[in-house]
Amino acid sequence: MTYSDAQIWGIIAALGVGTFVIRFSFLGLIGRRNMPPWVLRHLRYTSVAILPGLVAPLILWPASEGGHISPEWLAAAAVTVGVGYATKGVIWAMLSGAATFYGLAYLLG
Amino acid sequence: MASSTTKSTYWRGLARALPFVIVVIPFAVLFGVVATEAGLPLSQVMGFSVLVVAGASQFAALQFMSETAPILVVLASALAVNLRMAMYSASITPHLGEATLWQRAVISYFLVDQSYAMSATEFEAQPHMSLAHKIAYFAGVSTPICPLWYGGTYLGAVIGDRIPTEFSLDFVLPIAFLAMVAPALRTAAHIAAALVSIVMALALHWVPLNLGLLIAATCAMMVGAEVERRMQ
Repeated sequence: MTYSDAQIWGIIAALGVGTFVIRFSFLGLIGRRNMPPWVLRHLRYTSVAILPGLVAPLILWPASEGGHISPEWLAAAAVTVGVGYATKGVIWAMLSGAATFYGLAYLLG
Repeated sequence: MASSTTKSTYWRGLARALPFVIVVIPFAVLFGVVATEAGLPLSQVMGFSVLVVAGASQFAALQFMSETAPILVVLASALAVNLRMAMYSASITPHLGEATLWQRAVISYFLVDQSYAMSATEFEAQPHMSLAHKIAYFAGVSTPICPLWYGGTYLGAVIGDRIPTEFSLDFVLPIAFLAMVAPALRTAAHIAAALVSIVMALALHWVPLNLGLLIAATCAMMVGAEVERRMQ
């Protein structure tokens, strides 16, 4: 890393401002104005449209396994989703996923 | 409504976010360690976590900075990772858009993956919540997340490499996201959107700057909306 101190602060400040502008974009500009029903219908699926896609490559090609498909990761992901779906509980889903991961990692050595 | 009930809504949100403490702390500590090892002084490490508050993009920026990439490349890559938050902003607007301007500005600062996902799930499940209750709930879920992000970063920067690496901490984050999203799979439309998101994100993983994820998410939202429309 060969940036000057001022350059690094510039990067941090620009990222801070840029990230805030992204987060504020719709909330700030649209505010209380109503959006048409078809837009709202799309926005209802935002979290289920982003988070699975964000996670899928991390699960399928885990960096700590050198990017290779790993049975521990797949099993733990399946258990987490299954328990979370069945119980609607975040804690149990995370705990069962973690238990599966570390249990299998221990068993498979 | 009485203020005592918004207070209980705040505490309900806070309790809901507590499990994520075990995710946020290791991830934040890891950022502190990696950023310090990359040569950043404590003030700049903390500057990242306090001003940006977006883990994945902070790691992306560090990655490019350690390769001494041009500054514009560092900024473009890290901000592209955060573009999904524009979708969060749009998605939360029907619920929180009536808040005052400064409230919306504060909410925007705290609009991270966890606070967004938990609030959106709650607001969808409880359509009759008032604005005051929604703000209280959002404040509740943000309370354990963001301060721990700063604190964990500080801890990582100070204790540095005294952390055992054999715990595969990169596993914690995906599991937390899956645990967040699974309870939100309430209808066939949600499940269809999630499947499209997974398949397309994997197929478009080669697209630079994380833009494949945004294309996948846009298609997944369209599929979810279309399935909902046909089921009515």
